[in-house]
Parts: sequence; structure tokens; C-alpha cells
Amino acid sequence: MEEAVTKPTKKGGARLCCICNQSRAALKRPKTLEQICKECFYEVFEEEIHQVIVDNQLFKPGERIAIGASGGKDSTVLACVLSELNRRHNYGLDLFLLSVDEGITGYRDDSLETVKRNEVQYGLPLKIVSYKDLYGWTMDEIVKMIGLKNNCTFCGVFRRQALDRGASLLKVDKVATGHNADDIAETVLLNILRGDIARLSRCTSIVTGEDGPIPRCKPFKYTYEKEIVIYPCSLKCSVVIEKFTYAYFKRLDYFSTECIYSPNAYRGFAREFIKDLERIRPRAILDIIKSGENFRISTSTKMPEQGTCQRCGYISSQKWCKACVLLEGLNRGLPKLGIGRSRGLNNDNKKEKDVTQSNGAKSIESKQCGTLDF
Amino acid sequence: MACDSSTCQSNCYKRQLVEEEPIASKSGDSNKQSVCVKCKAKEAVSGAGEDGRFCRECFRSNLYGKFKLAVTSNAMITPSDNVLVAFSGGPSSRVVLQFIHEMQQRAQKNFDASKDRSLPVFGVGVTYIDESAYHSVPSCEIDEAIEDIRSIVSNLAPPAKELHIVPIEGVFALDSLDCERERLKTLLDSVSDATGKEDLLLHLRMLTLQKRRSAAFDGVVQDVFTHKYLRLQVASENGYNRLVLGLCTSRIACHVITATVKGQGYSLPADIQYVDARWEVPVVLPLRDCLASELNMFCHLDGLKTLEFSNGPCSGINGLVSSFVKLLQEENPSRECTIVRTAGKLTPFHFNRIPELNDSNVPLATRRRQKRFNLKPNESISSESFCPLCFSPLSKSDLSSLSSFESCQDYDILGAACSSCRFQIFPKDPSSMEHFYSVLPQPLLIRAKKCSNGNRSLLRQFQKDGSNLQPTSNIDNQVLAAANCLPKE
Repeated sequence: MEEAVTKPTKKGGARLCCICNQSRAALKRPKTLEQICKECFYEVFEEEIHQVIVDNQLFKPGERIAIGASGGKDSTVLACVLSELNRRHNYGLDLFLLSVDEGITGYRDDSLETVKRNEVQYGLPLKIVSYKDLYGWTMDEIVKMIGLKNNCTFCGVFRRQALDRGASLLKVDKVATGHNADDIAETVLLNILRGDIARLSRCTSIVTGEDGPIPRCKPFKYTYEKEIVIYPCSLKCSVVIEKFTYAYFKRLDYFSTECIYSPNAYRGFAREFIKDLERIRPRAILDIIKSGENFRISTSTKMPEQGTCQRCGYISSQKWCKACVLLEGLNRGLPKLGIGRSRGLNNDNKKEKDVTQSNGAKSIESKQCGTLDF
Repeated sequence: MACDSSTCQSNCYKRQLVEEEPIASKSGDSNKQSVCVKCKAKEAVSGAGEDGRFCRECFRSNLYGKFKLAVTSNAMITPSDNVLVAFSGGPSSRVVLQFIHEMQQRAQKNFDASKDRSLPVFGVGVTYIDESAYHSVPSCEIDEAIEDIRSIVSNLAPPAKELHIVPIEGVFALDSLDCERERLKTLLDSVSDATGKEDLLLHLRMLTLQKRRSAAFDGVVQDVFTHKYLRLQVASENGYNRLVLGLCTSRIACHVITATVKGQGYSLPADIQYVDARWEVPVVLPLRDCLASELNMFCHLDGLKTLEFSNGPCSGINGLVSSFVKLLQEENPSRECTIVRTAGKLTPFHFNRIPELNDSNVPLATRRRQKRFNLKPNESISSESFCPLCFSPLSKSDLSSLSSFESCQDYDILGAACSSCRFQIFPKDPSSMEHFYSVLPQPLLIRAKKCSNGNRSLLRQFQKDGSNLQPTSNIDNQVLAAANCLPKE
């Protein structure tokens, strides 16, 4: 990446931007390998996202949209681009930043500082919901109790609900998350490797949870991670991104910002594989997404019936939602409750599978456990 | 065990396996552990079977059982058939040849013993495709290999099996071998993408195996021993009605990932079923459920001779994927099976089954032998349009991009190619399309023309029906933009 940004500028070269044919090319666009100037890159980058939003009718005028903000590169750039496009193309959206504080010392507290600066920079109202407030437990406390095994199950289940609860507190119509093309391609591959045909059929859809209370959308579905990394180098975002680019250029490894509780060799495999593919053939990422969209999966698979949790009222296919089961286990000092074959609370054995299926595999999904957008 | 398999992620799963093994070995005494888990009589051979606890005989019968089940439940081979085994010399095709031979021997025994002789014995032929024109292997090595193949095949008698050795360049059906070699080189040189070149060679190989009965395209093949030119006929030319490939689970798993990476998600299920009857001669994969490691083990235990060519490692996407899958398989020994099982859940095509024999010429006994207890005919979707180059079924969005092509040039029939072929095999520069078209082998062009007509009529039909052929998503625009290096508006 450093190479892509700095090398061409250093060499100088007489090569002109292949879009405007006026300015000197400043970088090689990762998605297409064309040499373009900085201005054209921002133009192309933002307009592509605009096109995705328009083509897929992601937003309607007057909607309130929460941006899932973790302070990482994806959500920061998403906030920046969405507020810019909202202004430029008159989407008429009310944008909000929504963060979840898992309570992981040394990881989340730092990234929340970035989100707070984003709030000032873009003038977007910020809402932080914390595990401590919602559930009475921080991740640090949970890990202290259950150890490093299965902790991602807790974090994943709690975050999903926390994000929905935060969104309903903000009374938003939709949540936009910063999943990029690399994440989605990775999820497609992981679902094949894992044999999860149900997830394989829906992991490429740009809007999910339309039947749920608050749908989620991924405006960065076709946006390459590499381009998201380059984007902040503009002057526009410099203040906010300063920290990030700094962090990025200081430690070139993506995984350096991985959640401290989530060591995951398996996801590393797939991530590395995608990066190798991209090196040989940049379009492979889009091709994987295309394959994911075109898979012939019969739609007759039974979906679990959706009800509400008798305890907290959240959507659930069981008597109690997964978060309540896990929480009950924590509070009663039986953290194994709800992990694996749940005994005790949800005795309905027939439906058991659905619960474990929908929650169990969360932690090897594309996003690192600690990041907000999942 | 701390983690339960139902919620456990695979990295835990591995840990669990590691934990489990010592416990298992502790619980049983040392004698018990080395006894075959199936017959509980003979000593287990390490590495035999999926968990390495079978004795030699049980391992053998287990592997043969998988083969036989695939054959019978998909009606791959019936008594009146004439099957052609594609033999590369590698472990997979060696095992498939061995198993087919054993099956034929049994059929022969039954035939000899039966009174009315109503069930004939199916015929077996073997073909080896000589790719030395591409792989630049020293000629002495090739001669040696061919001699080995001859001895392997001749040792598998009775019943006798005919061996066809066909050079890959024969697909061009030109006047002399040198011309054909030259043409093959020109064609492959015109493909700049390393992965595209490999895939094109793969398509040519299939075309060679399938070669059609037509006087003009009979391959003229040099017999290395007599130095005479012989007219050899492969597959349908020689009355074969099944083509047996030795593709095993491991290879299919790699194909699943490569096809996904190349954006062929739609056509993927066509390639990975037991039967693929879109070709003139239906292709069958009886080793679909066997792992490469098992096949290697089998060859080792049975002392089957295999040939290894120094073809050099696959480069590009294919090489990358196979090393990735290998890595995953080492991490979890059931990974390849999982990949194939996932892809197996995708809806297959209507041609993924042996066509029903309703012909009254076929003896009733044979027809009755066509068991098909695993097949659900109504689930598959019918599709009639194919990519002219790789012959994979086209999705609606692929077909819709076809409408923009006007047929004014000969080479426009290639416009109906799938996006993957267009990207990795077609020349980047549109002006070299005509040259590329001119060096393609005739049989491929004939098929392409047929495809093209079919596709156009299908398209017209769609347009008449007023059905919406617009791409269902904007991914095609995205891919197009990426491919053409054009900015989006």
C-alpha cells in the first residue's frame, strides 16, 4: 500500500492520469491498476459508492441512518464519505454515529477516542452504548470469568443486540456498516469452507435483516479495502484520520489492531489468501462476490420462525434470546450455559440447532471481533 | 471436552481432535489400537482410510465400495455401455482404471456363468493425452512413459482394453503434426494470463477427449512404436458412450474454490456432480468421494505403478488455490470433504444425470439395471445456453450482456463467452480478436457456433416473453468497469 501511494509520486514520471489526462498520475488504483491522479481517485471512489447507493436504493429521503462506528478505517471513511455524499447529492438523510463499547481496555477505549473526534469533525451526533450499561458486564469482566475460550460468542451475540438497541434508541431507520468488498469475499469463502449453505446464500446481499426491526446495509460492498486505506490520505479527512494513517504507516500489518481477546488463525488463512489473490488478479475480489451472488441455492430451505424474547423483547427464535441465555449464565455463575448444546433454559430441542447455528459461528465471520461493523 | 462441536469454530475443532486422540489411545490397550476398526481381526495399516485405522483389506474394500456406490447409484455404467477411461498416469486415474477393470472382470465372470447371457459385459478403453507439445518434456521421457502405460493397460487383461494415445495438438486436425504443434503454440501464446492459459489447455483436453465422429476431424496420430500414422478415434468416434475421469474429492475441492474466485459461481454446480452429460459423451466422476491421500495410499499398498511428470507447478490462481486447500486440509483433515459437500448443496443442472434410456433397442435387462435411487429429477433447473469457449452454462446476467453484441464478424460468436473466459482467455486488445478466433481449433468453433445460435434464440425468446434480462445486481457493471479500466460515471 505504501508502495502504491508513494512510489509513483517519488518517481514523478511523465505519466498522466488516465481519467483526466491533465494532472500527473499519483497512484495506481488497486481495483483497476490504472494510473490516476489524487483528485480523480477521490472522484471515482466517492462516485462509485454513490452509484452503489443509488442502484440498490439503500436510502430514502428523510431517513435517519446510524453509521456503525468503531473508529477503525472502514467506519471512519464510511462516516466521511456518507456525510459528503449526503451533502453533495441531497440524499436528505439524518446521519448519526453509533458505537458499541465492549469494555476492552487497551483496545476499545482507544478507538472510541477516534470516534469522538469524528463526532466533532463531521458534526454527526454520536451515541455510545456500552455492554456495562446494557448487560452489567464488560468484556474484560466476562473474559476474567470464562477465560479466552468462547469469549467471542459472548462478544458477538451482545454486540449484535447492542447495535440494534442503540439504533432503536436513536430511532433510526437503518444501520450502515463499513463492511468492504474484501470482508464480503472472505465471508463467501469462509462459508464454503465451513459448509454453511444458509449463510452462503445471504452473505452477499447488500441489505440484510429487512424482516427484522432495523435493516442493515453495506455501502462499501464493492469497495476495496486497499482503496479505503488510501482514501484517508486526502486533506479532507486529515485531522481525523491522522491517527489512523499514522497507526497504519507505523505498523503496516492489518492485524496489529486485532482485538486482544480474539486470536484466530483460521480467519488469518482466508485473509491472507484473499490478499494473495488480489496481488495476482485484483478483480478476483469482485469475482468472488459475483460468484456468491450467482450461486444456485434453492430457496426452499426452512428458516426459523421469528418470535420475541420473553425476557427482553428482542427478536428471538426461542423463548429467550441468545443474549439473555448467555447473560443468565454469567449472572448465575454458569458461563457454559448457552454455549454448545444449551441445557436448561431453552429446552425445545428441535429448535436448538437454529440458535447455535445463528450465533455459534459469529467469531470467524469477516470482521475482527472487536470491530463494530459485523 | 471444554468446547462442544456444535458451536465450536474450526480452530477449536482442531484442538479438540488433538486432545481426543491421546485419550482414545490411553483408553484402549496398545494391542487394540493397532487392530482394524472394521474387521477387528487384522492389523491396521497407518494412513489407510480416513482416520488411518483400517487394515489393508478393509481399506481396499472401503475405497472400492465408495467407487461402486457412485457408479451404481448414478447409473454411470450399464452392461451395454462402452466406457473410455481418461488415464494420465497419476494415482487417481490409476485407481479408477484398476476399479473399472475389476468391475469389468466381475461382469465377465457373471456373464460366463449365466445361462441366457442377457447382460452383456461393458467395454473399456483407455486414452492417454500426450501434452508434451506444451509441457516440453524430453522425448525419451515421453517414450518411456508411453511404454509404461502400454504395459499397465496390457497387464489389465482379460478382457482386453484398447489404448488410444492422442497428442493434445491433434484437436486442431491439421495436415501434419508439426503444423498442429505450431498452431497450439500460437494459440497458447496469444493468451497472456497464466491462469487463462492453463484453463484453455484444460478445455482443449476435454475437447480432445470428446472428439467427434467426423471424417474431417479424425485425429491423425503417430504411433510411437511403428512410426506409422494411424487414424485413431477417441470417445464418440469409437463408439464410447461414457468418459470416466479420475477426479477425486481433493481436486474437486480445488475446483470449487477456483471457480468461485474466477466468478463462475453460477456454472460451478455443473462441473462437480457425479455425472455431467452436457457433453456429447457424458462425463462421469466415480472417485468424487475419495480423497487424494487415500488414492495415493491405495497405489502404494497395491503396488500400482504411477507416472509422475515434471510438469512444473501450476502458476497463477490455480496454483495458489491448490496450495491454500492443501494448507486447510492439513489443518483439518475433513476440510476438502466439507468444501465439496457445500458446493454439492448448490442446485445442479438438468444435464447432471445420465439421460434416461427409453430406446426399445436397448435390452430390457439393461434398462432395468439403470438404478438411480439418488436422483431427484425435478429439482434441477434447465438451462440451454453455454459459453462457446469453456462450455459452462451461462447465467441470465451473462446472457444479457450478449444482447449488446451484433453479429457482423465471424469472431462475434465468441461474444457470448462467459465473463471469466472473456477476462482471462480473450486477448485484451479487441483488434487481436480476429487473430485469436483464427487460431482456435475447428471442433471448438463448430461447437461455439451451435452455442451461439442456441443462445441467440434463447435470448430472443426471453425478449419475446418480455422477461427482464437486466443484471440482477450491479456487480457486472462493477466487474466491467474494473476490466475495462473505465471510471464509472
